[in-house]
Amino acid sequence: MPTTILRKESLIPGTTSKMVLHAPHIAQKALPGHFVMLRMSPQGERIPLTIADTDREKGTITIVYLVMGKSTALLEELDTGGSILDVCGPLGRPTRIEKHGTVICMGGGTGIAAMHHIAKGHARIGNRVVGIIGARRKDLLLFEKELASFADELLISTDDGSYGHKGLVTDLLRRRLEKDKSVFEVVAVGPVPMMAAVADTARPFGVRTTVSLNPIMVDGIGMCGACRVSVGGKTRFACVDGPEFDGHEVDFAELRRRLGAFRDQETISIDAHRRAIHGN
Amino acid sequence: METRKTPKPLAPRVEMPCQPPHVRRANFAEVALGYTREMAMQEAARCLQCKKPLCVKGCPVEVPIRDFIAQVAQGNMDAAYRIIKSTNSLPAVCGRVCPQENQCEGKCVLAAKGQPVAIGRLERFVADSFIAASGCEQVLGSTACALPLKGPRVACIGSGPASLTCAGVCAVEGIRVDVFEALHEPGGVLVYGIPAFRLPKDVVATEINGLRQMGVNFQLNFVGGRTVDVRDLQEEYDAVFIGVGAGLPVFLGIPGENLVGVFSANEYLTRVNLGRAYDFPRQDTPPYPGKNVTVFGAGNVAMDAARTALRMGAESVHIVYRRTRAEMPARLEEIEHAEEEGVQFSLLSAPVRFNGNEEHQLVSVTLQRMELGEPDSSGRRRPVPVEGSEYDLPTDLAIVALGTRSNPVLLDATPDLRKNKWGYIEVNEDTGETSMPNVFAGGDIVTGAATVILAMGAGRRAGQEIVRRLHGRGQ
Repeated sequence: MPTTILRKESLIPGTTSKMVLHAPHIAQKALPGHFVMLRMSPQGERIPLTIADTDREKGTITIVYLVMGKSTALLEELDTGGSILDVCGPLGRPTRIEKHGTVICMGGGTGIAAMHHIAKGHARIGNRVVGIIGARRKDLLLFEKELASFADELLISTDDGSYGHKGLVTDLLRRRLEKDKSVFEVVAVGPVPMMAAVADTARPFGVRTTVSLNPIMVDGIGMCGACRVSVGGKTRFACVDGPEFDGHEVDFAELRRRLGAFRDQETISIDAHRRAIHGN
Repeated sequence: METRKTPKPLAPRVEMPCQPPHVRRANFAEVALGYTREMAMQEAARCLQCKKPLCVKGCPVEVPIRDFIAQVAQGNMDAAYRIIKSTNSLPAVCGRVCPQENQCEGKCVLAAKGQPVAIGRLERFVADSFIAASGCEQVLGSTACALPLKGPRVACIGSGPASLTCAGVCAVEGIRVDVFEALHEPGGVLVYGIPAFRLPKDVVATEINGLRQMGVNFQLNFVGGRTVDVRDLQEEYDAVFIGVGAGLPVFLGIPGENLVGVFSANEYLTRVNLGRAYDFPRQDTPPYPGKNVTVFGAGNVAMDAARTALRMGAESVHIVYRRTRAEMPARLEEIEHAEEEGVQFSLLSAPVRFNGNEEHQLVSVTLQRMELGEPDSSGRRRPVPVEGSEYDLPTDLAIVALGTRSNPVLLDATPDLRKNKWGYIEVNEDTGETSMPNVFAGGDIVTGAATVILAMGAGRRAGQEIVRRLHGRGQ
């Protein structure tokens, strides 16, 4: 059964959008940290997206995506009232949320949306949530309002200084960890280099660091090992053992290389799609 | 059985026409082309119509083989179909992928001379040639078999051979069945694992449509243990069958295994079969191109992966196995097909490590030669490494086909299910019932990775028990 898109909202025109989907079965079970696999057309591939929010009463889940290749381009062509062919989930292990004190939740790019769901879980259980989010420019910042509605503090950085701190999110993290001993965990969701930098920054402070990994996935249910990552020298499947792991143990360099495994095919695919759209 | 005097020497088994190796290694069309009507009738005439047919005992779902073959011999294909379908929900599948030499055909009295009746080929012919107006007609010979709106309901988790068979057994008896499948297409290993050149996807779709027409309802994108819990289903349904398979792939555990270019057979085959990556970029799932392909393992999955790689354009495909040809677990027919198509076998060889370039892409695998030593606990001679025999095999795509383990997704979410020491679900062998009342299980999630037909046998046993209980209770 296709899944209806109840609302689509453009967050950054042309690149990033948010969709609220009617998916009562998934909404019923989904917890922070879970993801879904989607397929847009009968010829389509399966892609993973983190669940950015849920509403159990309304039976909805929210997804946020960055248009990067053919599948996300196909998703972007859909609109409110349309439907997605296949949505499967909730998948993965939920975030470990225990009441402990202060948790710093860090997000970069579309990762802010996924982080926001995790941060919300921590806020609900009564942890003190410090949000740290960053973007290249002010207008590329996501979910500021949503985070501000429940976070105890929200720190912002931009690369060009157009909003908040000028620099990187890790600058803000370092400063915070230097003066705040109540932090029991740092959670980071974003591009691989950002998560690696967060882990490096937190390491000397000995603070638990959790990252949500985004490797290539095919089935998302533990059948194939496409999403395998090295954590503490051991091979783990991100779709069933994760996607969240101890950031101090993850081999980020290997993850980055494996993410590039199909770069040539991805280019072929998006080029063929653009030619088909522009009709030549 | 009394031996009957045969008046004339027995006719030889009718051969199955096949695509020639040099043609088929470049396409995904079915290798074996199937009998014609004349061939089927000629082969059926070889059956001795034993009073106590041993072939039926060799069939895990107990197809009334003698009786259907009698109908084929007379040219009554529809009658033959109904006889097969009375115990087998997926005859077009079984006729193609069962290891008949170890099952029905192995028990045929003519097998002693190496010429058993070609039961699998006949079953396949009958299934392929029958065109029913409706799913009910397939089974009952009547177009009217509307399911009662009220009455017992059964949930099956997974839609592989075990669940499909259980669903079929229940549906024939007028029980409403909902099948919950995690992927976007039903069929389990029949759609993501076994390649189209052995089992065309439209054959699977036809069998599944037959079940749909009998009232079986498929809920796709529902993951057992995630989207639906066994306990929820137990409350909502009169019985639950778990047939989720053993899908978690085993890797070699040697250095370099996470280099770009090393795949599990499950991933490689899922991309090509379920994702139809052979038709990329018309289909969006990308294949990973490989010129020199090495496959590890020697079971049917290894043969499927190796033959798929050839069809995807590989220049050379090696199968690496640490024992000898005699120990290879794949069906002889599959090994021969692979050889004919040009797959090379590196026997008595074991992988030591994968080697990558600066970009961490796979460039070769280091192998070590083995020799057979003393027999181990399984009675097979243990392969022992030969000192100083390491050599490199150029490889840009490696496929690991060493088998699978139990998938933890459903088991972790269902702590009430008792597991055996290997981590699979423990069941009552006669009924298929688990430690949770009215929750049954069968197939690879009980036995570990086995065959399609054994999973179907387990699905049938559980289905029959469910029918017995529900109809007994309802009346």
